[in-house]
Amino acid sequence: MSVQTTEYVASEIRSPASFLASRVFIYGALAFWAFICLFPIYWTITTSFKTAVDVTQGHLIPFVDFQPDWKGWRSLGLSPDSIFQTSTVREEFLKRFMNSVITSVGASSLAIIIGSLAAYGLTRYRYHFAWFKNEDISFFFLSQLILPPVVLALPFLVLYREVGLLDTRIGLILLYTLMVLPIVIWIMRDQFNSIPVELEEAALVDGLSIWGAFFRIVMPIALPGMVAAFILAMVLCWNEYFFAALLTSTDAKTIPVMVASQTGSQGINWWSMAALATAAIAPLAVIGIALERYLIMGMTAGAVK
Amino acid sequence: MAVATLGLLATIVLEILYKGSPDTIGFETWRPVVYAYVLWGVAIGVGQVLTRGEDGQRALFLLPALLFTIAMVIFPTLFGFYIALTDWNLSSFSGRRFNGLDNFWQMLGDPYYRNALFNMVLYVLAVAVEYVIAFGLALLLNAQIRARKFFRVVFLMPLMLSPVAVSWMIGKSLMEYRFGPAATLARHLGWENPAFFSDPIIARISIMILDAWTFIPFMMIMLLAGLQAMSREVLEAARVDGANAWQTFWQVTFPLMLPVSVTAVVLRIIFKLKLADIIITVTSGGPGGATDSVSSFIYREYRDRSNVGYGTMLAMAYLVIIVVFVTWLLKFANRFVRNVN
Repeated sequence: MSVQTTEYVASEIRSPASFLASRVFIYGALAFWAFICLFPIYWTITTSFKTAVDVTQGHLIPFVDFQPDWKGWRSLGLSPDSIFQTSTVREEFLKRFMNSVITSVGASSLAIIIGSLAAYGLTRYRYHFAWFKNEDISFFFLSQLILPPVVLALPFLVLYREVGLLDTRIGLILLYTLMVLPIVIWIMRDQFNSIPVELEEAALVDGLSIWGAFFRIVMPIALPGMVAAFILAMVLCWNEYFFAALLTSTDAKTIPVMVASQTGSQGINWWSMAALATAAIAPLAVIGIALERYLIMGMTAGAVK
Repeated sequence: MAVATLGLLATIVLEILYKGSPDTIGFETWRPVVYAYVLWGVAIGVGQVLTRGEDGQRALFLLPALLFTIAMVIFPTLFGFYIALTDWNLSSFSGRRFNGLDNFWQMLGDPYYRNALFNMVLYVLAVAVEYVIAFGLALLLNAQIRARKFFRVVFLMPLMLSPVAVSWMIGKSLMEYRFGPAATLARHLGWENPAFFSDPIIARISIMILDAWTFIPFMMIMLLAGLQAMSREVLEAARVDGANAWQTFWQVTFPLMLPVSVTAVVLRIIFKLKLADIIITVTSGGPGGATDSVSSFIYREYRDRSNVGYGTMLAMAYLVIIVVFVTWLLKFANRFVRNVN
């Protein structure tokens, strides 16, 4: 890295002025876009601590412009002074939160399990199901990505009603699994392709079965890819709104539906909306910062050969 | 064991026949059929291993995903095609009634649906702008900068956030007419009446901006990966040959990035075609259906009118359009990349 930097400077040294200008431009653009990315988040977090006056007067900076107040969080029952009191809103919120956690973790796990198995099979063996070959099966899985949710939503609404899965977490988990399965298979296929076949051949010679070789040899190597796929699936499921809005009503409602149902009412309660939005985005923001490496790995799988 | 699987298959058929006939009375739910399907799947798996040995073990890798996807996609889609041909309003008591192609003719004459389709074209075209911005950001991140990791995390952030929360954060509060900072800024810049969602054209642009804010990072990350995979020697060679930065970009970087670009744009378009949640939560299609995407329109068709039959017909028509369009897009993209290289 240091070598490159010095080289870069050396080649640009002929005109220090233009070098400086390009630096200013690059950092200016970076700062500008960072502002665009962060300002809405900043605005939401600070608004959750504002009172009505601060909102209408457009105050922006806490402690300078306005005095922070726990108002928004109190309305959710999550402020320091109300956290030990009973609060129906908090119970509601925690229930939605748990629904979101359970459905997204459940769906991602299920998708990872059946998705990696399928991806492994597709990269290692030749299949013939009737007139379907490997490429056709892969295409069948990946083509699900094109399917817009709206096509499945209404038939599922009717089917789930018949089957008794409407407004249940299991129903949502099944649908979300379907939604993220193509992505998981896409990522895992890329992963397994990068693992040399010789490893398994050696394991088979040593007397392991096919499944033994998969679990003992291949899976540990492919684990980072699985984590990447899992996190990407988590993000997609956590943020999913369309199915959740149609297929859940009271029991299995998830956080995005709760957020959206607040905006529907006239005369938005700014501070509590802001608190709710903050709570809805916080888990993923933390995941995004902590596990950014895996996210990028998942998103770029197969993009660059 | 093959006999056992056959037997289970028979039970499913029996159950369907048995439960299908007394549909209105008798059994509450069809759930036993679901259990039977799962059991049948397990039996098939076991049967494969027992009867076909090693080959069966191999098939076992693929079977769960295959059975799952078939059950979750093929059946509902076929069922959907059937519903599309019925007049079925969930809120009325008359139940469903087969009405052939009536929904189809109604759809052809529906100006709102046509408008929604037209909007989808506009929204998809907006991907071009997103692509330019994403490419610019990827180039910035690939330049010799400090704190690269910090900027990468920050730039990635919007993608992580729930579109519904985003639509509140930006659409409903930042762009709020009276106190939103974006509206205030627009007033300072001389736009006297910064109503982002009341004029049809401006409302569409606002929706595009909201959606772009969430999804630009997606393309950016893919393009960045492409830039980082590019060999430095080529760029060095271009510089040695006396090309300036502008020439280097257009003659070396951009052509080399074309395959990644095409992948990123195609994926982005596929995601764009599903656009719904931002529109539903911010404008609910307004003003007067001007911002509707197909998905949000169908969503409201169900939410407001419980019109399952007609809504499904719209969805199925959309599916056909999408499949044709995406197939063409993939072909075109392939040929495009091949021609340039």
